[in-house]
Amino acid sequence: MNEIPEVIRTIPLHYYLFFSSTLFVIGIIGVLTRRNAIIIFMCIELMLNAVNLLLTAFSAYRSDANGQVFVFFIMAVAAAEVCVGLAIIVMIYRNLRTTDINILSNLKW
Amino acid sequence: MTGNLFYFLTFITLFAALGVVFSKNPVYSVLCLILTFFSLSGHYILLNAQFVAAVNIIVYAGAIMVLFLFVIMFLNLNQDTEQTQHKSTLMKVAGVISGGLLLVIMIAVLKDAELGTVDTANFDSQIGMVENLGQLLFTKYLLPFELVSVLFLSAMVGAVMLGKKESQQRHF
Repeated sequence: MNEIPEVIRTIPLHYYLFFSSTLFVIGIIGVLTRRNAIIIFMCIELMLNAVNLLLTAFSAYRSDANGQVFVFFIMAVAAAEVCVGLAIIVMIYRNLRTTDINILSNLKW
Repeated sequence: MTGNLFYFLTFITLFAALGVVFSKNPVYSVLCLILTFFSLSGHYILLNAQFVAAVNIIVYAGAIMVLFLFVIMFLNLNQDTEQTQHKSTLMKVAGVISGGLLLVIMIAVLKDAELGTVDTANFDSQIGMVENLGQLLFTKYLLPFELVSVLFLSAMVGAVMLGKKESQQRHF
């Protein structure tokens, strides 16, 4: 019952580091290149998930449950953030008829 | 066997994440993101973190993605609206180059990181189970857990306030 899972024995922790860094960078590229506010939001979700994966991997490899509780809190905060953020995007769409962030330049000096 | 499963899930995750960024139609982006979340849940199960895997499917692939898909359908975004947006090739190239540079730097830094080894003597494979995490959540992390409920309440009230139609506003 208390045996070490096979993935922890065979896969080094470095692979999870590289994997979640790649996922995080894909999210960053999405935020920098896409112009649609909703897609930018989805790329932020990708970055949050990269961090979640790394926290879970560290927690499983070190056999420490605190990391997985933190993943739970990150998910809860992300859910609240998506709720408010999508409401803001819908409100912007109502006023401007677009979600293109190049047009949303009202805060530019 | 498990090693092959790890590489397969990693490939699916990264491929679907690239699909989110580079697909033209926003609806396909959401579908790719759902695939990413499911393969990440597979990773969590491989790591013996059942609670996180279940919550990931329920919260992300279930609730959040339905919300995204609903908003995209609601605003009627499709390939045509995507093509009328202002895009510059220079910005895309600059974004991809800076992201790639960040990846190279992160890998160069993390390659030599000292991560320690698995403690085989005191290893507990049950830490990811619901029973163990629930015990921790309702004892050590009880205050943050209650604060999350206040956060949800304020987020709900905020979303309703933002979405409420004002009298002089246009109808859809």
